[in-house]
Amino acid sequence: MEEKEIVTKGKPEALYETFFRKDGKDKSTTHYCPGCGHGRVHKLIAESLNELGVADRAVFVSPVGCSVFAYYYMNMGNVQAAHGRAPAVGTGVARARPDSIVISYQGDGDLAAIGTAEILHAANRGENMTVIFINNAIYGMTGGQMAPTTMIGQKTLTSPRGRSSDNEGFPIRMCEIISTLEAPVYVERTSCTDVKNILKTKRAIKKAFKLQTERKGFSFIEILCACPTGWKKTPRDSIKWIQETLEPYFKPGVYKDASETAQPKPRIEPSTDPEQIFTALNLQKGKSPRATGRNIGEKRIKLAGFGGQGALTAGVAIATAGMHDGFDVSWLPSYGPEMRGGTANCSVIISDKRIGMPVVLNPNILVALNGPSLDSFEDDVTPGGLVIVNSSLIERKLKRADVKSVYVPLTEIATNLGLKAAANMVALGVVLGCEKLFDKERLHEVFKTSLKRKDTLEMNIKAVNAGFEFVQKH
Amino acid sequence: MKRELIKGNEAVIKGAVLAGCTHYFGYPITPASEIAQAASYYLPLFGGTFIQAESEVAAINMVYGASSAGVRTMTASSGPGMSLKQEGISYLAGSELPAVIVDIMRAGPGLGNIWPEQSDYHQVVKGGGHGNYKTIVLAPNSAQEMCDLTILAFDLSDKYRCTAVVLTDGYTGQMMEPVEFPEELKKAPYKEWALYADQKHRKNLVTSIFMSPQTLFEVNTRLNQRYKTIENNEVLFEDLHASDAKLVIVAYGIMSRVAHNAIEELRASGLKVGLMRPKTLWPFPVKKLKELCTSAQAFLVAEMSNGQMLEDVKLAIEHSRPIEFFGTWGGTVPSVDELKSAIKTTYEKTTR
Ligand SMILES: Cc1ncc(C[n+]2csc(CCOP(=O)(O)OP(=O)(O)O)c2C)c(N)n1
Ligand code: SF4
Repeated sequence: MEEKEIVTKGKPEALYETFFRKDGKDKSTTHYCPGCGHGRVHKLIAESLNELGVADRAVFVSPVGCSVFAYYYMNMGNVQAAHGRAPAVGTGVARARPDSIVISYQGDGDLAAIGTAEILHAANRGENMTVIFINNAIYGMTGGQMAPTTMIGQKTLTSPRGRSSDNEGFPIRMCEIISTLEAPVYVERTSCTDVKNILKTKRAIKKAFKLQTERKGFSFIEILCACPTGWKKTPRDSIKWIQETLEPYFKPGVYKDASETAQPKPRIEPSTDPEQIFTALNLQKGKSPRATGRNIGEKRIKLAGFGGQGALTAGVAIATAGMHDGFDVSWLPSYGPEMRGGTANCSVIISDKRIGMPVVLNPNILVALNGPSLDSFEDDVTPGGLVIVNSSLIERKLKRADVKSVYVPLTEIATNLGLKAAANMVALGVVLGCEKLFDKERLHEVFKTSLKRKDTLEMNIKAVNAGFEFVQKH
Repeated sequence: MKRELIKGNEAVIKGAVLAGCTHYFGYPITPASEIAQAASYYLPLFGGTFIQAESEVAAINMVYGASSAGVRTMTASSGPGMSLKQEGISYLAGSELPAVIVDIMRAGPGLGNIWPEQSDYHQVVKGGGHGNYKTIVLAPNSAQEMCDLTILAFDLSDKYRCTAVVLTDGYTGQMMEPVEFPEELKKAPYKEWALYADQKHRKNLVTSIFMSPQTLFEVNTRLNQRYKTIENNEVLFEDLHASDAKLVIVAYGIMSRVAHNAIEELRASGLKVGLMRPKTLWPFPVKKLKELCTSAQAFLVAEMSNGQMLEDVKLAIEHSRPIEFFGTWGGTVPSVDELKSAIKTTYEKTTR
């Protein structure tokens, strides 16, 4: 009775006067059992927010557990999260509303069992939020099953002979774990037993909120609370059990306090300026030419080589040039682990009509930069198609007589130009020399917008020209 | 904007940003990773947020949190990650929160492989989570649509306060095609129910728990009415020579691109075949399929799955025409020739 007097006089404004959202007729008492720790902590939270004057900015994330209905009582923004996910939900809120005071309120099942990943990583990111962790060593809401914080020997509905370390391991100490992380700013464990400890708890909660208003990041307050119903004890015996059994194992105290040294996190808000966003996205205003009026049919190109030879890059370049010329184009890589296997290839289609299937199974142009590529794709080329063979690396001739073949020492030409890696671009010059697709200057333009370094730009242009001229001469 | 050669996966993010998406939460998975990569690159350039979450479970719950706070937010994944997101999707539905999810389907079950399949259809279209809910499902088949349908997904999810999934396959995500991005920048509409963390919105509550059966009955009823409205208003499809076709192929995503070639070639040789491509898988183009029955003597459903959309086609036309199935799986994609011969066989068997 006297405790109540000291801690607060009347209800703080951040607790609803009447619990209008509560089911049933009784809108003035909470749904918590007599002697339950939840209600008391709710009040401490509300008081702290009011004293700091930030209740308007508060968003309370309620967990799955007995406090799932905390929003009956908390007069502030409320969001209810899936079991264990409150820190992730809180992360979303905190990032979306940089000025919010986010409270992730969780029980021990919620936080230390099903939500272990979420709590650790929210802490590790140093999210600007406060976690209030109600450790009552049991699953209250589901009727009293074992929690990760249940004591050795403690009997629950799912540890009927008492928790055994052999079978269930040991009660998990979250403050100790969280305090090993770099990012959290404040980590404290308190207990909600007597007046002194309740005041300590309030100081801890208030300090955490204060740190949040200063954008100093993540605070973790673990509170040892009674669950008389789950423990099958009277409220009075429950307090005694906290003091005699829980406190010696879950030692109250400050586990980390970096409040003096922590730097405020920057306050980030997205721009709504279209120009800034168009620039960020690298979008070019204006219209592109469509449909050239020229009939080239559908050029299905396969470019292949070993990883590093630039078959994929060359594919992108020629497709981009085709697009700028007004054609429909597509480019599809061999993706994922296949790219690591030593050969890389891509399908490019340049067409005067809408493209269907983007995979080129039967190319009418094959560029083989190395031997394995020729071996893999020679049989697939359509009769009458064109095969460009890098004769610097491929010694054999084609097996097939029903396709056109061009043997070009691509690597040698590129090396002589001073850039061995440009053999792929020499190959593109050869393609444009053999097939009437578009002017090679189209490719030059592509390089101009995509290549940052002037020397590589010039080298690539020279490489294309060399390939083109090779065809003219031979 | 000028046309840009861009991967479908990257077009998703540029489209999303133009739709006003400011918050991305994701976890890498092939073949969807480029979406997270693009988000991590572009969003911070203008003060947006990218977080690589600890799991898909965390990612979808971050989306839940950001959405409850009123911003436009999204995540993307592929099969195994989508499985993990199902709980979150159910909560999003229960709390009536808008959200956009992109699923770049790979092959399953289990870890399967990273090659394209269309086997998340049931999970996504029918709902893999618990409860009576629906998600809008948009099915792009080009890089341009990866942009356009992502933007539409944001608009629809806000309009109806529900999740919109952009569902496509590894090829559509991985291929580069020209995309013309819109010149308009949208922004998240004002949401009176959202948690703006200020005095005006202090009384707001986002929740999916309704203890009284009567209340939950009403919530479900309201959701169902909304789903009916979506079914009536938001169906999208594209057809190619379908109106006078004797045999109608039904296909979406990359399969519709294979079908496109097959049908053009078969039409040229005189076969009356056409394509009906649902662009929304839910709501499903039921009415259109029924209408096609006036000329269509049979249907062929082509899918990279064991026949998941097939069930919806059967229901749509109420078995009033013979329906054949052409399926492949495991990450194999049929060639145009394979599909052509399946179409020919079906044509000969089912049409007069
Ligand atoms: C995914 C999922 N699994 C299980 C449950 C059932 N469940 C509800 S509350 C709860 C345990 C809550 O215990 P705790 O977090 O300790 O909170 P308390 O009730 O003791 O305050 C469980 C297992 C659920 N709601 N969701
Ligand atoms: S079961 Fe335990 S935790 Fe739940 S309300 Fe009762 S005393 Fe509190």
